[in-house]
Amino acid sequence: MEFSMKDFWNGSRRALARAITIVENEQDGYEEIMKEIYHHTGRAQVIGVTGAPGAGKSTLSDNLVKFYRKMGKTVGVCAIDPTSPFSGGAILGDRIRMNDLTLDQGVYIRSMGTRGSLGGLSRKTADAVKLMDAWGLDVIFIETVGVGQSEVDIVKNADTTLVVLVPGLGDDIQAIKAGILEIGDVFTINKCDRDGADRLNVEIEMMLDLGEAQDWRPPIERTIANEGKGIEDVVNGLNEHRKYLEESGLLEERRRERVRTEMAEMIHDRISRHVMQEITETGKFADYVERVYERQTDPYTVVDSIVGNIFK
Amino acid sequence: MANESLKAKLEKYEADCKKAEEKFPERVGLKHKKVYTPLDLEGFDYETELGLPGEYPYTRGVQPTMYRSRFWTMRMYAGFATAEESNKRYRYLIANGGTGLSVAFDLPTQIGYDSDDVMAQGEIGKVGVAIDTLKDMEILFDQIDLSKVSTSMTINASASVLLAMYIAVAEKQGVPASALRGTIQNDILKEYSARGTYIFPVKPSMRLITNIFEYCSKNVPKWNTISISGYHIREAGSTAAQEVAFTIADGIAYIEAALKAGMKIDDFAGRLSFFWNAHNNVLEEVAKFRASRRLWARILKERFGAQNAKSMKLRFHTQTAGSMLTAQQPNNNIVRVALQAAAAVMGGTQSLHTNSRDEALALPTTESVTIALRTQQIIAYESGLADVVDPLGGSYYVEAMTNAIEKEAMEYIKKIDEMGGAVEAIEKGYIQKEIQDSAYAWQMAVESGEKTIVGVNKFQQEEKPVEGLLRVDASAGEFQKKKLAQVKAERDNAKVAEELAKLEKAAADESVNLMPVILDCVRAYCSLGEICGVLRKVFGEYKPHVTL
Amino acid sequence: MADKKIRVLVAKPGLDGHDRGAKVVARALRDAGMEVIYTGLRQTVDQIVEAADSEDVDVVALSLLSGAHNTLFPEVVEGLKKKGMNDVLVIGGGVIPAADIPGLEAAGVKAIFTPGTPTKDIIDFIKANV
Repeated sequence: MEFSMKDFWNGSRRALARAITIVENEQDGYEEIMKEIYHHTGRAQVIGVTGAPGAGKSTLSDNLVKFYRKMGKTVGVCAIDPTSPFSGGAILGDRIRMNDLTLDQGVYIRSMGTRGSLGGLSRKTADAVKLMDAWGLDVIFIETVGVGQSEVDIVKNADTTLVVLVPGLGDDIQAIKAGILEIGDVFTINKCDRDGADRLNVEIEMMLDLGEAQDWRPPIERTIANEGKGIEDVVNGLNEHRKYLEESGLLEERRRERVRTEMAEMIHDRISRHVMQEITETGKFADYVERVYERQTDPYTVVDSIVGNIFK
Repeated sequence: MANESLKAKLEKYEADCKKAEEKFPERVGLKHKKVYTPLDLEGFDYETELGLPGEYPYTRGVQPTMYRSRFWTMRMYAGFATAEESNKRYRYLIANGGTGLSVAFDLPTQIGYDSDDVMAQGEIGKVGVAIDTLKDMEILFDQIDLSKVSTSMTINASASVLLAMYIAVAEKQGVPASALRGTIQNDILKEYSARGTYIFPVKPSMRLITNIFEYCSKNVPKWNTISISGYHIREAGSTAAQEVAFTIADGIAYIEAALKAGMKIDDFAGRLSFFWNAHNNVLEEVAKFRASRRLWARILKERFGAQNAKSMKLRFHTQTAGSMLTAQQPNNNIVRVALQAAAAVMGGTQSLHTNSRDEALALPTTESVTIALRTQQIIAYESGLADVVDPLGGSYYVEAMTNAIEKEAMEYIKKIDEMGGAVEAIEKGYIQKEIQDSAYAWQMAVESGEKTIVGVNKFQQEEKPVEGLLRVDASAGEFQKKKLAQVKAERDNAKVAEELAKLEKAAADESVNLMPVILDCVRAYCSLGEICGVLRKVFGEYKPHVTL
Repeated sequence: MADKKIRVLVAKPGLDGHDRGAKVVARALRDAGMEVIYTGLRQTVDQIVEAADSEDVDVVALSLLSGAHNTLFPEVVEGLKKKGMNDVLVIGGGVIPAADIPGLEAAGVKAIFTPGTPTKDIIDFIKANV
């Protein structure tokens, strides 16, 4: 199928889907797409959902999406699963829990693999979110497993981050280790009918007490996602946080910060590609490696000289 | 010491064999040792590990006489298209020496959709018979005396409805429920972990199951209220030990649910039955059947404090492995099935279904079903395998493997217990993941040639497509829809609405046993889809946890 | 430009719960470097088509063992066409008699893989035809 921006602006889902593919793969013309849509972004409410594997994120997201739909909002979901470091392939299974939403024309779900490309991962997600935003979706969820730094980075693309925890089995400890507690704006204890929900609540409170006192104290909600219980409380928490961001001016601050990081990353990425291309195509890089390996020179000197030459 | 001298001899034997073995490298990686001796059974005590047939721990069989007083029930799983067509096949099987019925239902029936439901399109009558209302069930058992035949029904999520219909048909025949013999599969946990025909979430599903246990213990005492199934777990790709482990873990979960509902162990445990797979490796399978009996007996006695011997006996149906049938050179499947069936018989099965050669291609034709049934008859009457109880008991190899399977299964069960039981382990996706890992490992072993499947990755030949396969055409679906429309037009629809309203109310109250309410619904010709629709509304639907 | 990943929707239309084959294939495709969107059991034709659309997949791989393939597979192909997804490669697998294969191929299913097919054949076919 030929992609056209006209279809995109006319609300074609096919065009949105294809645009994300083009941008995700950095196919020809992807920058033109991003340039064109950029001015139309910044409108959507972007919510990150993260938590340990098995915490029930997809089921919770499914319920949250339905709730926002009832409020008359259109919703996008960016569901991220890890790419296998061995094969580069991935199994993206988050749609399974959201099958009910598939036929709802007010919902757009996109599964993405982490793909492990150097630093580009969080930008790919950010770009997909921007495309959904510009296309006109009101609320966008970024759903990801909170197990590592890269996932935490992805979630930083959200205005509000919901951290999902479950009682028992040390998931809470894992979460603390992964550093996702620090990024939570709203917490929910899912599967809260299980033993240990109160204990987990106390643990989160204690964690929050350890941090610096701030204007926003993350609320801790309770849900049983697969029975649809507690969803409204979570939505209220998310909306209150949104309100707080807007009123306190933090939303602008966060978004300005995001522009800063994003641009810094892009510059870094562009320069590094430029330099690498320059020295690999000319065969210089292989020579340098050999010379450093033979201890004829050292990597510090070599890098000084390469970078110095290019940016004379 | 005798053992010392044997050990020394074994060492020499191993050294002597080495050279010859190296010439045949593809046999080096086999899982089992090449020879088993008394050294593999050190500390083995006949009385505690085996005992006599019909004696705790029932390793050698659940009855003292086994096939010396009667053969296993030759129960051929059948059903396709409409009740009319299936009724013909059942009467044919009975006329040809089949001794029990086994009903296959189509997928809409298994998942609680009527034939006129949009979800049912394309599926009506395909993998079994379509049942919408009591009317279909009356036709299905037309001219079959339900006081004489024992009927097994492969039905799970909608088991309560089909059992109610069976009871209602019997009423019409003048047969009291107390005289009915048979089995419903009713094993929802393996639907979540392996077979996929679930409807409701776990909690209400477990309630329906315990409702059935309770109702039948009072009203249908000869009915096997559940057939806890390893078959599908194995079909989904598990190993033999996993099949035993995950199935028995499910069994434990059902017992715990029934105990929690206030029942007494000996009031229902005797009606729990099992369903195993008979896979390709004959002796491993025999060991599996033996190990499962011993394991279950010990768990019932030691963990649940059962007093009644009947509660401790693991009685089981067996089906040969469908997933081991090949689409290539389908006649080879006759031989596979014969070996698998032989394993089931040597393992002491209570009933047996033998697959037909053409089932990797389509539903079986009458001719191929007949060969499959004859296979059982040849084993029973000609092979001698049924002449002696537990003929492999005492084999060093089989005993060692029985021990090994029991041990591995017990380790899994312990792990599952630590997770909080089978329900938790399934909700976490643990059991599914273990099964999938084994399935993937099997596939890779076949693709690498490490495992040989004759006609698939070795000894292939050019073949012409098989002709004369059974086809269920779309007319079955149309016929079924018309019949349903007619029933809906003729029944007392005010009564239907009234019964369904009662069901909705009862479903919302966890303390009510739903069986009598469902029975009233089917008597009023409420359709399966209407009944399950009401339950769907109250209970919601299960959402699978998929870990790949 | 980064590598264009092949994206495959592995779907089970109809009510059939046998997902061993679908899952084994899903894993094999992942191990061959593809992104596999797995949507689970009991997918209606509309759901499959919508998911293929939203996910912008290159391949739709259908698995069915219940015998409903002659009805459901062609409907998926039709549905994709209606969405303008003519370039999506549709393949199928399961218990499918040889006699049905020509009809399915005529309906636009590009290949049918029956039991016993090595996953490598499926991978090779996809790579050659995307």
